[in-house]
Amino acid sequence: METRIQREARPESMLINMGPSHPAMHGTIRIMLELDAERILNAEVEIGYLHRGFEKTCENKTYFNLLPYTDRLNYVSPLINNLGYAMTMEKMLGVGVPERAQLIRVLMSELSRVSDHLTCLAAMAMESGAFTVFLYMIKAREFLWDVIEFTTGARMTTSYIRIGGVRADLHPDWRGSLATAVRETRRVLKDVSGLLDKNSIFQGRTRGVGVISKEDALSYGWTGPCLRSTGIPYDVRKASPYLIYDKLDFEVPVGEFGDNFDRYRVRMREMEQSLRLLEQVAVLIPDAAPITGEPANEPAEAIRVSRRQKTAARIRLSPNLEGSEKARYADLLTSDKPAVLGSTACGVVVPPKEDTYTTMEGLISHFLFFMNGHGIRPPKGDVYFSVEGGNGEVGFYVVSDGTDRPYRLHLRAPCFHVVSALEPLIKGRLLADIIPTFGSMNIIAGELDR
Amino acid sequence: MGRESLIDEIRTKLGDAVEGVSDSFGDPVLTVRPSSLRSLMTALRDAPFDYAVLLDLTCVDFAAGEGRFELVYHLYSLSRNVRLRLKASLSASDPVAETLTGLWKNADWLEREVFDMFGVRFTGHPDLRRLLTYEGFEGHPLRKSYPWRLAQPRIPMKDKV
Repeated sequence: METRIQREARPESMLINMGPSHPAMHGTIRIMLELDAERILNAEVEIGYLHRGFEKTCENKTYFNLLPYTDRLNYVSPLINNLGYAMTMEKMLGVGVPERAQLIRVLMSELSRVSDHLTCLAAMAMESGAFTVFLYMIKAREFLWDVIEFTTGARMTTSYIRIGGVRADLHPDWRGSLATAVRETRRVLKDVSGLLDKNSIFQGRTRGVGVISKEDALSYGWTGPCLRSTGIPYDVRKASPYLIYDKLDFEVPVGEFGDNFDRYRVRMREMEQSLRLLEQVAVLIPDAAPITGEPANEPAEAIRVSRRQKTAARIRLSPNLEGSEKARYADLLTSDKPAVLGSTACGVVVPPKEDTYTTMEGLISHFLFFMNGHGIRPPKGDVYFSVEGGNGEVGFYVVSDGTDRPYRLHLRAPCFHVVSALEPLIKGRLLADIIPTFGSMNIIAGELDR
Repeated sequence: MGRESLIDEIRTKLGDAVEGVSDSFGDPVLTVRPSSLRSLMTALRDAPFDYAVLLDLTCVDFAAGEGRFELVYHLYSLSRNVRLRLKASLSASDPVAETLTGLWKNADWLEREVFDMFGVRFTGHPDLRRLLTYEGFEGHPLRKSYPWRLAQPRIPMKDKV
């Protein structure tokens, strides 16, 4: 099969393939190039190497079961994808979320945003030859992921933010690990600024390279840091605030020229704002009241006791287990019922495990949540909701036909729109300019190809 | 400017193209005639409406029950800070719509994706071919008639560029 670039190529020019498996193509993407020496005459971008039918799969999963698939979209900031999906469904179901859960969601979003930006800039700097920056930034990211891992039990595949709240309370030692992460990230940002901001090699490869105008950026549907680098201060957190972002104090940094250097600067300054947000939210989250006084049984013991008689004794469960700690349930998961109910009343969150193990009613409500044809059943209709992700507006469009599975689920992937502008940005430039341009766009193939 | 007055303004100025206005979980939705899709979109993109961003384009397959495909456009106006959803129904037997490639630049890829996934053709598109799957892929995977986990035929190895 002849590609467009092969048909249009001049006979004397050289055709070369960059990717889909290339050290500088982080994420599988193929760029076919027509070259005159090092000058790019024509380019064609081919995506889809990581297409795994996310949307089709979701049509065959229940609303609760498809959540882990959202982790795999933007795999550098999975918590923001979880959040986008959960909030879309909450909008559809008309349920509210407890305040503590909202604060935890902001905390997790901002941690993810910083780690997303760190990964993007680390890769971009490494591919431009600044390997030190890569190591520094990945080190900082590890501290951030420690906070995430303590609470969610996973680094990337978190599935932590659930429809109606969050899965479990923060890890008891979260304040200490967060303080370390913020301190270390600040230090790394300072070091990286010192290494790159006035570095003439880095400047030469980024300033005036990959320039996009405001009008073009809008026309290509750019959002997020890439759009803001052109000087347009569009941020979903400010334009249509969700969670408690309207009560928090942060700025939206913008660039001036829309080149690679501006995209780097915008991300650096955004991370500073995110660290500010983390500190503000940490103050707002109250310490969880310790649950004491009542006797607690191990699960096996609790089941044995409850076979003989109804017991009020607490069960001692792992703090990260689904729906554990019934006493903290009110803080973390909503008790709202969906706007339209199925034949049997069922909430939108997993019932407490303590009840499931020990009471008949609890067991019934557990089955009603998980059985085929039951569970979360939103009213008929369609809904779009978006949150500010690491590289732009992450939107979910869900069509419901009233059953327990989405009729159609579509993801608005921010980097899909950014990558669609790659061709014109590299045309006429040098081969080496692809690397920083591609790097500064932050392409995540997981959400690009879905 | 309130949202209701904006919808009223669209109806007054572009009433011919609008089939209906509805509200979906608090968001305004316009149902438009597919034949006047492009002219309506052109008017919406420019002042006074100023929907400068085509946020998203997707399609929903209602072919089995209602005999139609539905294109779903999401627009965003930066100056007014409002989103708008537009829907256009296409017949299931021959789903064809006008392209928006001259209006927004990302319409190119978005329409290629819809063509790839649903088999909806866009007249006037400069390079309408598959985007996420490959040449030689059989069928359109997001159609309801396409079974989940259908195996695809093997294709010859691509020529090296």
